[in-house]
Amino acid sequence: MEIIPQRMRYDSQRDPRFAQDLMGSSRCKTLTQCIQCGTCSGLCPLSAYMDLTPRRVINLARAGFKNDALSCNTIWLCASCYACAVECPKKVSITDIMYSLKRLAIREGLYPKGSPIPVLAREFSRMVRSRGRATESRLVLNLYLKTNLLKLLGMWRMGLKLITRGRFSFRAERIERVNELRTVLATATAEAGEGPVP
Amino acid sequence: MKYAYFPGCSLKGTGRAYEESFLAVCGALGMEVEEIPDWNCCGATAYMSVDETQALALAARNLALAERLQAGAVVAPCSGCYLELMKSKKLIEEYDDTGRHIRRAIQAGGLTYFGKIAIRHPLDVFVNDVGLEAIRSKVRQPLTGLHVAPYYGCQVVRPFATFDDQRRPTSMDRLLEAAGAAPVDFPLRTRCCGGSLTGTVTEVGLRLTYILLREATRRGADVIAACCPLCQFNLDSYQREIKRRHGGDAEIPVVYFTQLLGLALGAPADRLGLRRNISSVRPLLAAWA
Repeated sequence: MEIIPQRMRYDSQRDPRFAQDLMGSSRCKTLTQCIQCGTCSGLCPLSAYMDLTPRRVINLARAGFKNDALSCNTIWLCASCYACAVECPKKVSITDIMYSLKRLAIREGLYPKGSPIPVLAREFSRMVRSRGRATESRLVLNLYLKTNLLKLLGMWRMGLKLITRGRFSFRAERIERVNELRTVLATATAEAGEGPVP
Repeated sequence: MKYAYFPGCSLKGTGRAYEESFLAVCGALGMEVEEIPDWNCCGATAYMSVDETQALALAARNLALAERLQAGAVVAPCSGCYLELMKSKKLIEEYDDTGRHIRRAIQAGGLTYFGKIAIRHPLDVFVNDVGLEAIRSKVRQPLTGLHVAPYYGCQVVRPFATFDDQRRPTSMDRLLEAAGAAPVDFPLRTRCCGGSLTGTVTEVGLRLTYILLREATRRGADVIAACCPLCQFNLDSYQREIKRRHGGDAEIPVVYFTQLLGLALGAPADRLGLRRNISSVRPLLAAWA
């Protein structure tokens, strides 16, 4: 445990390669345009709950502070509402940068442990990869079984309401040509020269 | 013109009432709508957070299937699907290497991706293809005196605003007016509802939802109209929990805008999925159905 919480970042903690790769990628090249005005942080309906504001994440990422940029809760709290991206005076595609950081955090295993948000993202993509569609009821069930069993029990009233109103699917949705879809996904990954999704 | 209908996963689950009311409205307006055969999940925000290449391939397969229908456009009522399909199409167009990878992947599945078909939202189609005049002429039961807070949510106008003003969209306002209702001034119309955070970080998600519900009641709305299944679910289903946490100033019926349009066009309440809402729509039904 840290006795004195570290507020300062030291040059030795930078990973210049990380910054270089990030800004070299087509989705994050607008990172360089940021003037640190803070419009994004002021607009973001979630920044009050973030450990680092979006403005800080942008700055830390482009300076190469990989650990900060990938292990913060900021990127996972981003709900993709695009308010920041639309109002940014320098047209930094902040939401797309958050997406890139999320993907890197998953690949590097650096997402905050215990946070249900990356777990949901992975469960969702697994379900879609194997069946072609997401079944919301099963997704929520899987999520709570993995993260918070107690919460699942507390959801009984909501579950009942959804069931009585025919909004709860018991059947797992599945497309007919799942194999065709799997071929498409595997080929896309191979064509792009990417490794398998962790 | 025929529309290739992309329902997306929610409209077959928690958002069933949106599908029912959307199709009922299309029927009443004489639109030709065909569901894309064997469509798959659009990928949503979650897949994009894990694997972009595969997320693009998911969207591209849907567009390739839609193009086989010889339809004029894809219509996607879920704002998440609408954006995901549009964003993917744009990225495939914009980046040559990405486009090549995705086209080859689609080909490996025995399909062809042309990238020609447009992706539209029902708000756009109703206002700009069918037209407000035509809708007004088909209204059988004007919703006179009904005060509606039109809630657009985020992704229908952000980051791309293809058919409406990005900061102050009005297409739903105009549709509701055509249906005889009175939209209230609702400045939070495009503020984030919390998305899937209501399920993951509930205290944060519900705070965002609460802010919207409270503002709608303060503005004198009788009902909130939504145009996205996730927004509708958040605003409609958690009101009991929100009351427990934040107090009782945020209780209000939440429906799909298509449910209101359907009522005005004379569709029976059971064909509009109105018994599926969790917030109380009883006063609404008593007055209009």
